[in-house]
Amino acid sequence: MYAYDQYDQAMVDARVAEFRDQAQRRLDGKLSEDQFKPLRLMNGLYLQLHAYMLRVAVPYGTLDSRQMHALAEIADKYDRGYGHFTTRQNIQYNWIRLEDAADILADLAKVEMHAIQTSGNCIRNISSDHFAGAAADELIDPRPYAELLRQWSSFHPEFSYLPRKFKIAVIASDTDRAAMKLHDIGIQIVRNDAGAIGAAFYVGGGMGRTPMIAPCIREFVALDQLVTYAEACLRVYNRHGRRDNKYKARIKILVHELGAQEYAAQVEAEFAHLLDQGVEPPLAELERIATFFADPPFEDDAATEIDRSDPDFALWVDRNTHPHKTPGYVSAVISLKPVGGIPGDASADQMHLMAELAKDYSFDECRVMHTQNIVLPHVKIADLHALWSKLDEAGLGSPNLDTVEDIIACPGLDYCSLANARSIPVAQKIQQRFADSGRTAELGELKLKISGCINACGHHHAGHIGILGVDRKGTENYQLLLGGSEAQDTSLAKITGPGFDEDGIVDAVEKATDVYLSNRADGERFLDTYRRIGMAPFKEALYD
Amino acid sequence: MTESPAPGTDTVAGVSPDDVQFRFREDEMADHAQVTVDAFLEQADAAAVRIEPGDDARALIPHLERLKLAEVNFPAFGDGRGYSSARILREAGYAGELRAVGDVLVDQLGYMRRCGFDSFAPDAPIAASDAEAALARWPHVYQNAADARRTIPEARHE
Ligand code: SF4
Repeated sequence: MYAYDQYDQAMVDARVAEFRDQAQRRLDGKLSEDQFKPLRLMNGLYLQLHAYMLRVAVPYGTLDSRQMHALAEIADKYDRGYGHFTTRQNIQYNWIRLEDAADILADLAKVEMHAIQTSGNCIRNISSDHFAGAAADELIDPRPYAELLRQWSSFHPEFSYLPRKFKIAVIASDTDRAAMKLHDIGIQIVRNDAGAIGAAFYVGGGMGRTPMIAPCIREFVALDQLVTYAEACLRVYNRHGRRDNKYKARIKILVHELGAQEYAAQVEAEFAHLLDQGVEPPLAELERIATFFADPPFEDDAATEIDRSDPDFALWVDRNTHPHKTPGYVSAVISLKPVGGIPGDASADQMHLMAELAKDYSFDECRVMHTQNIVLPHVKIADLHALWSKLDEAGLGSPNLDTVEDIIACPGLDYCSLANARSIPVAQKIQQRFADSGRTAELGELKLKISGCINACGHHHAGHIGILGVDRKGTENYQLLLGGSEAQDTSLAKITGPGFDEDGIVDAVEKATDVYLSNRADGERFLDTYRRIGMAPFKEALYD
Repeated sequence: MTESPAPGTDTVAGVSPDDVQFRFREDEMADHAQVTVDAFLEQADAAAVRIEPGDDARALIPHLERLKLAEVNFPAFGDGRGYSSARILREAGYAGELRAVGDVLVDQLGYMRRCGFDSFAPDAPIAASDAEAALARWPHVYQNAADARRTIPEARHE
């Protein structure tokens, strides 16, 4: 994986020094909260309902064991012994004291990590496919391109005060595991007819209160023009994106109002101009970065057969592993969705364990998934039983990847000051309901996503089943949505009808799954059945 | 020398040279009368312009010959359109004074310098020592911009 050189380290160290100074000025009363706010936001420090929250960037979700150990130590030393992995492949700490924030950043800098641009109206952490460099179906590892863009977007002088936050995802496989088309810019690394590798740009997707699927605005950008094209996309947005209304300020609104074709034409003109300006880093830089992502020394002829006599183990293997490009290996997912837990939370002890397992079984590497789980990308099939035994013992062996128990939930009213309703208790009740009924396995792939308000941090628009917390005359109320997807068949979920109270929404989810089970054709997932039979039968079951 | 605008032209409330707190140019500061972008395009003798966030800096490109002072207004620090206006002018070859005015904060000086600004007239004065520290903060830069700084990728591959 990528390692800092003296330059990367110097930049992060400078940021720590700058923030230490800013925080001290705030603590001394030399800066008002109003003046301090934009500064702390550039460093991922939010003020929540009860305390400060610090969001740490995990570029494209990749961590080594040293970094995961450091995250655990921060949880122990400065928080309440927990961290929360997010849908942006980052980690958040919910109980931070301002006095400690600069020390935390310094601890992070020691392991080549930071909280730069994890909030604010700037280019945020670049996300990617959590199976990058491992998946059997990928064209090439997308992370070198993500790292190139990470460097380009860090402290960007022109694009640090954009109309709104800006999120970029990079993938390199036809299977989309990063919700690429629901980003401000989604990039798919592709091979063109001439056999050259380049990038397809999708611009103007997003969730929030006006969800949109990004249109493709250019099918192929040459690799030695990648940064220049991204710069052109951003400049058109920075100049013309709306600033009069925060809710219309994302690039999706600009692309929608101009039309994808007109936006693309403006980008094209800007791109042609910028090509003469020498903004592109030398191609040798991309090649340098790529060397860090070379394959680890996989064993030839690693065994592909395992003893499946233990049914619990066999179930976990079937549910939680993903095909690897190298025979004899798989990617193994550690579920952070134990029934009744908080989706995406991990204790310091669990983080330490995951770090050790990454070191012992996965070439010292793990990944944060946008579904708030952790992947060990390169596990020998022969090691799976030993790995699973250790996970199971630590309560990390839930065999529920992509099932109804693998719920994405935002922090909601338990933490977030913008929330209308709690997300976490609803997630827990739903998990419990299906764990009790034993239906989880029978339902198969079913992606359920919960947001505590219309900002959609829990991606409810993209859930096969989505739940949106709203405020109904001062009480928490939940709307049910069906039919969303964030995969390559991206679609936006539709609201079923009037909302439900907390227990009502759990019943409603169960009723929706009943409709699926009684209507499904062979091999159909919930989403497929919904797409075939439409909303009507679900409405009937829910409201009649 | 003070150029007074002809009667009836729309001079705008540009800042006066006295308001300029930091300047990174060798040439002498002249007191040009800043006019709006529209007025600048109409008045063949105008030499100074004030660019508001919604203005199109590109419209000035055919007239760079007579442009001596471009003042870019930041009514609120969070409105970053002025950064693009500045780079657009520099990329087009504008070499005259490029002044950032308005809600210009110490933490933005570094980015503004990189986008080509070479004079600053902040609404709220910035302590000289704070400005100096802020401008010296970043030992390196990742991106090519309007300044001549060698970038990290360039340093890695020379
Ligand atoms: S969706 Fe709303 S409630 Fe949930 S984290 Fe985002 S802003 Fe907060």
